Amino acid sequence: MTQPFRIATAGRLGHADPVRFSFDGRILMGLSGDTLASALIANGIHLVGRSFKYHRPRGIVSAGAEEPNALVGIHRDAARRTPNVRATVQEVYEGLEAVSQNRWPSLAFDVGALNDVASPFFSAGFYYKTFMWPKAAWERLYEPFIRRAAGLGVAPDRPDPDLYANRFAHCDVLVIGGGAAGLAAALAAAETGAQVILADEQAQTGGALRYETGAVIDGQAGWDWAQTVTADLAARDNVRLLTRTTGFGYYAQNMVGLVERLTDHLAAPDPARPRERLWQVRAKRAVLATGAIERHMVFPGNDRPGIMLASAARTYLNHFGVAVGRNIAVYAADDGAWLAALDLHRAGVGVAAIVDARADVAGPHVEEAKRLGVACLPAHAVTGTTGRLRVSSIRVSPVAGGAARDIACDALLTSAGWTPAVHLFSQSRGKLVFEAETQRFLPGSNAQDVACAGACAGASGLAETVEQGLEAGARAGGATGGRTVAVREARGESWTGGMLGPADNGTGAKAFVDFQNDVTAKDIRQAVREGMRSIEHVKRFTTTGMATDQGKTSNMHGLAIAAAMLGKPIPEVGLTTFRAPYTPVTFGALAGHSRGALFEPVRRTPIHSWAEENGAEFEDVGQWKRAWYFPRNGEELHAAVARECRTVRASAGIFDASTLGKIEVVGPDAARFMELMYTNPWTKLGVGRCRYGVMLREDGFIYDDGVVGRLAEDRFHVTTTTGGAPRVLNHMEDYLQTEFPDLRVFLTSTSEQWAVIAVQGPRSRDIIAPLVERIDLSDEAMPHMSVREGSICGVPTRLFRMSFTGERGFEINVPADFGRAVWEAVWAEGRKHDACAYGTEAMHVLRAEKGFIIVGQETDGTVTPHDAGLGWAIGRNKADFVGMRGLRRADLVAPGRKQLVGLKTKDPDVVLDEGAQIVADPNQPVPMTMLGHVTSSYWSENCGRSIALALVAGGHDRMGETLHVPMPGGAIAVEVTSTVFFDEKGERANG
Amino acid sequence: MLLIHCPYCQEERPELEFRHAGEAHIARPTDMAALSDADFERFFFIRSNPKGIVFERWRHIHGCARFFNAARDTVSDRFLATYRAGDPKPALDGEGA
Amino acid sequence: MGEETRRIAPLEGRGFDGEELRVLPAEPATRLVLRASAEACEDLSAALGLDLPRTPKTTSSKGARAALWLGPDEWLVIDQAGANLVAACAGVPAFHAAVDVSHRNTAMLVSGPRAADVLSAGCPQDLSLHAFPVGAASRTMFGKAEIVLWRTGEDAFRVECWRSFSDYVLLLMEAAARDV
Repeated sequence: MTQPFRIATAGRLGHADPVRFSFDGRILMGLSGDTLASALIANGIHLVGRSFKYHRPRGIVSAGAEEPNALVGIHRDAARRTPNVRATVQEVYEGLEAVSQNRWPSLAFDVGALNDVASPFFSAGFYYKTFMWPKAAWERLYEPFIRRAAGLGVAPDRPDPDLYANRFAHCDVLVIGGGAAGLAAALAAAETGAQVILADEQAQTGGALRYETGAVIDGQAGWDWAQTVTADLAARDNVRLLTRTTGFGYYAQNMVGLVERLTDHLAAPDPARPRERLWQVRAKRAVLATGAIERHMVFPGNDRPGIMLASAARTYLNHFGVAVGRNIAVYAADDGAWLAALDLHRAGVGVAAIVDARADVAGPHVEEAKRLGVACLPAHAVTGTTGRLRVSSIRVSPVAGGAARDIACDALLTSAGWTPAVHLFSQSRGKLVFEAETQRFLPGSNAQDVACAGACAGASGLAETVEQGLEAGARAGGATGGRTVAVREARGESWTGGMLGPADNGTGAKAFVDFQNDVTAKDIRQAVREGMRSIEHVKRFTTTGMATDQGKTSNMHGLAIAAAMLGKPIPEVGLTTFRAPYTPVTFGALAGHSRGALFEPVRRTPIHSWAEENGAEFEDVGQWKRAWYFPRNGEELHAAVARECRTVRASAGIFDASTLGKIEVVGPDAARFMELMYTNPWTKLGVGRCRYGVMLREDGFIYDDGVVGRLAEDRFHVTTTTGGAPRVLNHMEDYLQTEFPDLRVFLTSTSEQWAVIAVQGPRSRDIIAPLVERIDLSDEAMPHMSVREGSICGVPTRLFRMSFTGERGFEINVPADFGRAVWEAVWAEGRKHDACAYGTEAMHVLRAEKGFIIVGQETDGTVTPHDAGLGWAIGRNKADFVGMRGLRRADLVAPGRKQLVGLKTKDPDVVLDEGAQIVADPNQPVPMTMLGHVTSSYWSENCGRSIALALVAGGHDRMGETLHVPMPGGAIAVEVTSTVFFDEKGERANG
Repeated sequence: MLLIHCPYCQEERPELEFRHAGEAHIARPTDMAALSDADFERFFFIRSNPKGIVFERWRHIHGCARFFNAARDTVSDRFLATYRAGDPKPALDGEGA
Repeated sequence: MGEETRRIAPLEGRGFDGEELRVLPAEPATRLVLRASAEACEDLSAALGLDLPRTPKTTSSKGARAALWLGPDEWLVIDQAGANLVAACAGVPAFHAAVDVSHRNTAMLVSGPRAADVLSAGCPQDLSLHAFPVGAASRTMFGKAEIVLWRTGEDAFRVECWRSFSDYVLLLMEAAARDV
């Protein structure tokens, strides 16, 4: 298991440990520090995947995050199967398991490659034109086919077992990119004393210095300088250095999202530690040093494995010590590719030819190539390639036309020049400007406090890059006197030149622009011929730039081809939007800690643990866990609820009502404020008395309800629904602060100050009496709907006499830490009277037996108090309250509104479905005229029959009418009744 | 995530602490009982929703809990000013608020 | 009978104690939400024996008692000795609202060199000493829960939250602690 393409004398991994990994089951060796791509190439493997549409064999194109082709699956275990990982980014580790994608049955022989043979039928716009009709075929044929064909890798089918972390961070200067410019910027900023964060997507900083052999900075080789500066930065307290960290999104006010990959490079990650960390960085100023991305040349057959970017080949050689072939050729339109050829030549690799589309090529690199006897072909183009699974030869013709010749090679390095990586700058809403001379979009005016430095800002050489970094960093750090750091000298390569679009005059067939989405030059031309005028249309028609790489290597080519077809300058054709994320981000990183138990707060009452110990089943009510019912001896829900309901009316039941919202309304104008917030009158409510209050929105619809007790002239204890607590307080604060600021009232939430124990039933007073102190519980002293302060079990209480069941009842409020102890004391007394604990389900049935509404169940934001039968709760003589004017709106007083009624099924054993629709004539044709719907429906043990509440058009005038509830098994006949099914005179609450 | 200057806390705080509360400077009529249907419609239903500068209410609900007003440009999503509830609309540079 | 009625704090027995990070439930304390306009401040300060802070994001302390500025007319007053704060304010005639929230809130003491990092997992505010100095306090968010954060030392915070959110807040701190 040697690595035949490893060159011991090249690169920086010489002394690294060997690492064993596998690719499609084949065991291979690499070196610690390799990427999967470099390790594969070391083993002579270029073919790593099949393309998306045509299933063409594809190899490794780049050595970085821009990789369009080399997407693989990485499998750690059954649950950890990450699809679409860029082999050029993934670091190898001992035991890494990689699999190729989008091929069947194997990578070398793939049935889907038939698409390639049939490719004339799959040209641009194929999907739009082909799957037009018949409509029925969509469901059965087209959609399943497209869904199967869409996407590359296979998504894991198990929950992600890894942890993900989140961190908010704040800094003076955020530097994105740790190449020469970014390091210089971070150093210069750090020197000012500013708090600096430097993020780089690679495992090591250094950027292009990884491969640039001749670079010298400050008297050191470029790479060595980068490592020296990095060590310097890492040692500073005011610098946070983040490697393997991608700045993926630039948001408002210098908020930048970074994702840091913590464990993907480790052989045995600690499962207790997070896999990735999302950094939400708020930077006072940002320096973008994001570099530039090399473009491939566009020519027929440019996608065969072995054809790659020149800078990638140099990186594999100069950093990883891997030769991309034994006999390579170059096809370029800029000088960098020549340098790649020379590097490889020096390492002993044969260079078959250097083809350059430009006529004028000159310079030391040209002289050197000639001196070495390399065939140099300026003003030539590559017009075709051969090699089924790897390039084996290229066909070369003069650009001006003429005889072609074939040149054998096992790798082809291409470079069409460099595209500044302006993605983040554009996301920051900065304007891009097109520099016609160099055919580049460069950062123009800023929208935020951000500076660009280096190749992304248009620097054309290393000296300028370092210069810009130092200056941007110093300025971002707040230095007023210019430079903060001196760098003696920076010299290296320049990287201007290049071209856009194809050099040959062919049809553009199989001349790929976008590798990942299989878009060719021909497709883009066709899009223009078919009427697409804007690049946004061309993009959608051809899907160019819409793959996971977002066209990092291809967009400028596509734009140039479209512009040439349209005969317009590039800026007039437009530029597609750069959207976050820059590279794909896992859902895990975005979700962070918010998974499982931390997805949302789970709120429990002080009595929760008692309910749990006593076998309660719980239901979710918003964020709350509420005891739903307390099954005994293996009871099902219905049996338990029937027993609980019976027991409450026969003896008593104890219920945890702690989740109710509570608001303390305090101040001399408290009653006036209550008058405005609720429909009811409050000024005359005596101290120590309670009232059921109805709250409306300004539009007249019910917003909330609850019982309010007056504790003092200037103090009310307001209760709200469980779900309504936060919004009711917000609603009240809104009016108090902005509409009625002159009222002398303050509001405080006391929802969680009080545990609330409801004791309901004929024996309720007997149960609590032995525990209560300083309160006279007699009917004369404490009638229904009153409130007293005193103590229970030796702790302070606000004791309400009130009822949501229609029975004599009390609600005991005690400070929450005492809730469980008081509950247990009440429970002990209750057992002497055969009382039971009951849950929310029984509570719902008991209140429905009495026709009491639940806001959000009987109401849906379009129900008025009149509709709900609560017209009595509206104060007749009030000058104003929120919703008063809304109630007079024409629609709200019109006849035929849906009104709350009771429904009794003709067959008392039939329980209606909640939400079921109600009609007058079940035999009318579909669509039927709906009269309303069932809002609540239960089996009532106490009534010995089913009961239901419903909103029915004109319901109050339909008493006794027979209506129908059409269901799949046939219509159910119902009689419209009063909403009160039990104790219609309401005597039990008082007696 | 926006940074919003709270006029009560007197510093910029992260958007997560705030809640948007609709258009500003719509006073609830003092004589609700006498309000015509048309006036109620204008007060309750009609909002300006411009492209450009909006005056809107925010609440620093997870901070000082105060409602306040802001002028924001819906195109750039930039806050031009924040000010206390009850204060008049601020003059914005050249915008003629 | 009072002695028999057991008080159970929401985080009883919870928390964790590491070398770089300690998260422990605070002892029970009395707490007051004090709402008052500027005119009542002086009298209330006198009644409570400390100056109610008037500057946003600040606190004032005296002995076991502290007042945290939450809003322009709102303070959270905490007495770790358990004094009756409602009674202390009862004699002030100027318009104010003093509401006992001793049981509504519960608190965690977060300390150690990693304390600020753990809080930064869920709190979007800048917790550097420069922006959030010792003695600063603010209502804010921690993940999806509202908290009141009070820096009691360079590496020490008191985190107050409503009792039913305390389980979530502690779980999130435990999760964040795995990352610092």
